[in-house]
Amino acid sequence: MPGDFDNDRLATAFEQLPRLLADDPDLVRRGAFFDARFEVGIGAIPFDVVVAAGKVTSLERGPFVMRSWRFAVRGTAEAWGRLWQPVPDPGWHDLSALVKRGTASLEGDLQPLMANLQYVKDLLVLPRRIAAEQR
Amino acid sequence: MVATLEPIVGRYMTIGLGGRAHRIYFEEAGQGIPLVCLHTAGADGRQFRHLMVDDEVTSHFRVLAFDMPWHGKSLPPQGWESEEYRLTTAGYTEMIVAFCHALDLDHPVVMGCSIGGRIVLSLAIEHASMFRALIGLEAADFQSPWYDTTWLNRPDVHGGEVCAALVSGLIAPQSPDETRHETLWMYKQSGPGVFKGDLYFYRVDGDLRAKVGGIDTGTCPLYLLTGEYDFSCSPDDTRRTAEKIRGAEVTIMREVGHFPMSENPRQFRRYILPVLEKIRSAS
Repeated sequence: MPGDFDNDRLATAFEQLPRLLADDPDLVRRGAFFDARFEVGIGAIPFDVVVAAGKVTSLERGPFVMRSWRFAVRGTAEAWGRLWQPVPDPGWHDLSALVKRGTASLEGDLQPLMANLQYVKDLLVLPRRIAAEQR
Repeated sequence: MVATLEPIVGRYMTIGLGGRAHRIYFEEAGQGIPLVCLHTAGADGRQFRHLMVDDEVTSHFRVLAFDMPWHGKSLPPQGWESEEYRLTTAGYTEMIVAFCHALDLDHPVVMGCSIGGRIVLSLAIEHASMFRALIGLEAADFQSPWYDTTWLNRPDVHGGEVCAALVSGLIAPQSPDETRHETLWMYKQSGPGVFKGDLYFYRVDGDLRAKVGGIDTGTCPLYLLTGEYDFSCSPDDTRRTAEKIRGAEVTIMREVGHFPMSENPRQFRRYILPVLEKIRSAS
């Protein structure tokens, strides 16, 4: 994936989220009290994500018409592509770093996000593991 | 497993700050030039524990680290329950000077990280002649905010968890898991509203952009070291600050973030030992 910021390829990686999470029982444990429906924008492609008790129970690829969500995390294709590098570059290595540089945004009701921030950040970087699996 | 006893010794002192008694905890190890270490916002002096057991440091330096009031094992002052904690430039400066005087430290070196790095710049502006050298880790005269601090202390978000989750991104990906999570543990242990109160100094009261040009490194040498993965105080923030200070020495540390001494002590010593050696040679 290095240097590849193609929307479809990144979205295909993100679609593996339920499998990647299932392989990380500790992350599921840490999300035990997290229940939310939120949107994740991978470049131009939106995803509707439903988490219940720390497990991804639904992951649907958009576009959507009038879909409701509690909060949204959106990033440019470059932002996700760089964040998911095995060893990301400085300034591209964390969700807050992306928000600060203006390549990602947080929208909506941020309370459930902030109350579960480490879980959500760890969930959204799971695709970083795909490159390691392919070695 | 054989028990090991570390050379670090901890003590308490009571000093007056802002006209009120404060019970302060501090640790120290080593002998020689006093080196007073200032921890980051929302953490405590344990961040320097690795430096305190490094023979190459403690054979020449008396390393001291106090927990600021409200932090670690230092208590808030009597009556704390009816006030909002807010660190100010004046209060922060007073506690550092009072600590050094209480222990009768002769021209100490002060090394501070993050808010500690910011106050080091203030010490260089206001009290340069008191110190042998000043070291700012992750230091700049100003940094752009990257989150809303109201999230740090409200009943529907766990304060310790959110503080740690926010700062977790400031740790370099190369830092070992053990020291990464030890660094975060201190944030999880911080009292409610303490991190937020420290950031009052950082964001509201401590803007030094108009003042750092007056720093005289001839009176007191100034060293600024910043980790490449620190996006809170970025290398550019430190470089921009140093451009205004003639004689300031800047080092950008590779594979380190905002907590060099605690997130990756082995990498940090590669950068700090030459600085300490330079200070020792000049003494």
